[in-house]
Amino acid sequence: MRFKDVFSIIGPSMIGPSSSHTAGAVRIGRVARKLAGALPEKVDIYLYGSFAETYHGHGTNLALVAGLLDFQTDDERIRDSLNYATQSGMEISFHPMQQSLPQYHPNTAKLVMQCGEKSYEVIGCSIGGGNIEIIKINQYEIKFSAAYPTLLIFHYDRAGIISLITHVLQQYGMNIGYMKVERATRHGEVLTVIECDELTNKEVLKHLLLVPNINEVHAIDLTEGDQQ
Amino acid sequence: MRFQTLQQLKEICETEQLTIAELMITEQAHQSGQPREQIVKQMADYYGIMKEAVRKGIEEPVVSRSGLTGGDAKRVHDYLTVNESSLDYEACLALAYALSVSEVNASMGRIIATPTAGSCGIIPGVFVSAQERFQWEDEKLVKGLFTAGAIGYVIANSSFVSGAEGGCQAEVGSAIGMAAGALTELRGGTPEQVLHAVALALKNCLGLICDPVAGLVEIPCIVRNGFGAVTALAAADMALAGVRSAIPSDEVIGVMLQVGLAMPSQHRETAQGGLAQTPTGIKLSKQWNQAEQ
Repeated sequence: MRFKDVFSIIGPSMIGPSSSHTAGAVRIGRVARKLAGALPEKVDIYLYGSFAETYHGHGTNLALVAGLLDFQTDDERIRDSLNYATQSGMEISFHPMQQSLPQYHPNTAKLVMQCGEKSYEVIGCSIGGGNIEIIKINQYEIKFSAAYPTLLIFHYDRAGIISLITHVLQQYGMNIGYMKVERATRHGEVLTVIECDELTNKEVLKHLLLVPNINEVHAIDLTEGDQQ
Repeated sequence: MRFQTLQQLKEICETEQLTIAELMITEQAHQSGQPREQIVKQMADYYGIMKEAVRKGIEEPVVSRSGLTGGDAKRVHDYLTVNESSLDYEACLALAYALSVSEVNASMGRIIATPTAGSCGIIPGVFVSAQERFQWEDEKLVKGLFTAGAIGYVIANSSFVSGAEGGCQAEVGSAIGMAAGALTELRGGTPEQVLHAVALALKNCLGLICDPVAGLVEIPCIVRNGFGAVTALAAADMALAGVRSAIPSDEVIGVMLQVGLAMPSQHRETAQGGLAQTPTGIKLSKQWNQAEQ
């Protein structure tokens, strides 16, 4: 079933004018913000396909920046998000791209964020009705919808590490709905994506960082206040 | 969900002596693992936002971000308070309210996607005008939104609800079917009558293309929301009067899918055809693009 429940039909609560070009874009921006963990200093936003052609009319640019500011889809500040970004010291550059990415959905954005010494890249698609799909994080081709709390775990490729990760989740009573392990090279770095039914105890993030060979743990939880 | 078709939905309601709204609330609680009160509360919050959007465009003219549209909801409302409208007062009010919510959407105001932002005016237009007319409590209308949601759930999963996939018939058409069915139940219609209302409403929308000028959710989206609210009232009236759709609702939804799949891409939200490509449509698009630069 593409539409899972009553609130995917009645909802989301959102700022107009387009569920795919505005609400979906806010959610892509919010995923990037959750990955960064704090306000990024500088963000380059690349727009592709229909996002590049019609972003002004639908406020896709405002929506993506609103997401980076951690505004929700129905936050009335979305309209003025560029001013809020300037006030908070986040530098934004937009790059509407002429060429499309044929392998991707027509409504696609790439966000490249500078956060201190770290940089992150997120590619997300808005697939309709405010629903999104994140298809790339840094060099890793992954796929998640952010409809559920999602853990992004950067670690080294070592035998048994997945078992250690799932053991920690078990201790916190967390049920895994979806999981993907994507490695750049053998014995190199890996990104593991885990969708959980719920993420109530944030202590699990600290606990995971104690596992040897885990470098970074990020929680992407748009369910906090985001009625989707 | 225990139902995938409207026929199944009707049969479960008949067997278990439930309204569609009651069944949907129970199914949603089961699906999400959330308590019933929480689900109803969320829907009540949504209804509050719908009412706010209805008021906004009636009290003051709301102009879209592009400046291409706006003020029509207030225009119609002012007209109907002074003149005798060709529709009766209540139907004209539903029209004005639907225009208002759509204008609020185009101005980057807050709305509830029902089922999408492009078709967000129809259900609030029908619901809020009916509430004022029949003096219903909010609680009743909130239940009606679950009826609308159940109908939309079947349409969305059997066919589509976005203009990009299936044209305007999928987007505005779905909303009209949802509003017509929900109003039928709100006015005491049986689940069977609800299905006829959906079928009658959808039959009148088949083939409608999605051809937004400049790609914006404004021309002709806003007026189609207004017309949509009136069509929903007509479909509900026919169903309540006992008019039956010879072709069952699930089969009409199947036709919507077939028509949408056969629709060329220039008529599916790309602004490459239809009203968007008329001489005036092209001119407005150019004006807006120049103003932006």
